Amino acid sequence: MGYHWHWGIYFDKIKGGEETYLSWLITGFGWTVAVSLCSWIIALVLGGLIGTVRTTPLRWAARLANAWVELFRNIPLLVQFFLWFFVVPELLPEKLSLWVKQEMPAKEFVTATVCLGLFTSARIAEQVRAGILSLPRGQRLAGLAMGLTLPQTYRHVLLPMACRIILPPLTSEFMNVFKNSSVAFAIGVLELTFQARQMQEDSEQGIETYLAVTVLYFICAFAANRVMSWIEKRTRVPGYITTAK
Amino acid sequence: MKHGSRLWLLMFAGWLAATPAFAAELTGTLKKVKESGTITMGIRESSYPLSYLDDKQQPIGYHIDICNKIVEAVKKEVQLPNLKVQHQPVTSQNRIPLVTNGTVDLECGSTTNNEARQKQVAFVVTTFVTNVRMAVKKKSGITSLAQLGGKSVATTSGTTSVQLMRAHEKAKGIDFKEAYGKDHADSFLLMETDRAVAFVMDDNLLAGLIATSKTPQDFAIVGEVLNVEPIAIMIRRDDPAFKKLADDTVKGLMKSGEVDKLYAKWFTSPIPPKNVSMNFPMSEKLKELIKNPSDTPAEAYNKK
Repeated sequence: MGYHWHWGIYFDKIKGGEETYLSWLITGFGWTVAVSLCSWIIALVLGGLIGTVRTTPLRWAARLANAWVELFRNIPLLVQFFLWFFVVPELLPEKLSLWVKQEMPAKEFVTATVCLGLFTSARIAEQVRAGILSLPRGQRLAGLAMGLTLPQTYRHVLLPMACRIILPPLTSEFMNVFKNSSVAFAIGVLELTFQARQMQEDSEQGIETYLAVTVLYFICAFAANRVMSWIEKRTRVPGYITTAK
Repeated sequence: MKHGSRLWLLMFAGWLAATPAFAAELTGTLKKVKESGTITMGIRESSYPLSYLDDKQQPIGYHIDICNKIVEAVKKEVQLPNLKVQHQPVTSQNRIPLVTNGTVDLECGSTTNNEARQKQVAFVVTTFVTNVRMAVKKKSGITSLAQLGGKSVATTSGTTSVQLMRAHEKAKGIDFKEAYGKDHADSFLLMETDRAVAFVMDDNLLAGLIATSKTPQDFAIVGEVLNVEPIAIMIRRDDPAFKKLADDTVKGLMKSGEVDKLYAKWFTSPIPPKNVSMNFPMSEKLKELIKNPSDTPAEAYNKK
């Protein structure tokens, strides 16, 4: 193959500028981490809430929560990004619409974070529901029989165990957030995939570019994996679920 | 011994038949084409009017016409009148890898010839010149880079137009925000929906987007020329025989006036699929290059 290798490319200056390609990749890495962590917080809070509601006897609330999950689970992530970025602002009153499109600070970042957060919240809600439903029915009945209210039963009996059960799938979800954040390049967030495309076009050293990006994504996802497994060990109830060594 | 000498003669005749008569030893792409009986053209799906698909999904355009002439010359050179021509759609991300790894023999798209790319590939003599400028809504009243302070400017991710803008002296000290679309249609949408006041890109692409938009009369191409970019047909590097054949073919078209006819056909007359004209007369720079064909990279055009 007639490929011209150039491993020093990361330290070369970009065309028509003083920064190096490495600085592009580092900025991209920063935005990837920022989008992912902010979305993760939104997803955890909303997903936990909605997933819990789906298991309560409140019928209308459970239906609403089910609709939420189906809505966000059934639309491709890329399409959701476009909907939030191009369609939603057009539905707002004209003044607000122009503000969102022109003045809103860091508009791409905010849109991407909200979009990815809501998308992931639907997936987490599904897992939380599964976790709660996997507990024996007797636990809920016992809690209520002891005189705890429904919220107290959830707070002290059901959720503490359900959360431990769903930690492994949550780990995958946390890793997915980092990987899914790469789609945000499509609405112009200056994250890692975006910078990779810029760098490839500018330097024409595609293989070196994407190798570096692969390593950076791997670091993100692997760090997420390690953090979650640490939490899993710390919160373990001996003799319950797994007997970890 | 009579029998033996006849065998020798037979072998000699066989050797003669196996060798292409009077042809010099073929090398590189020509050898590959001769052996496989096919040549693969890289095409773009929406680079109006250089290379794009018509309503029957067939590649057409200014560069496709020129490439077809090169393919004719290749057929003669390798003596394969029934040479099979394959079309491989490419994107701006994969076009260079596909040429270097041998998937595509002749890339007929809208590729800028620049120094970074010349490390990976080679280019036939320049057949089109584009200027990087900006498209705006007429009612915005913007005519110069200097008016962009505090405003958003759109461009396409994976292109380097914003760096060009930053580097331009008229943009020094002017603080504008950047907005990125994932392709040219998206970036145009950013400007059309008021997310950005200007869209910075190659002027022929802007002209195409405006001509095919819903309200062409609302948009204009304005402002300083940020960069001059020679656009050319791309081939593999270090393949002098193929490069010479392609160069000579294109130079012949330039000398005979054929290129001017093709230019008029694609840039100043109505073209499919919408039967709209691009209204894009030939630039002085390209007229000069038709007189004196050259394959120098973009950097040579923008020395400061």
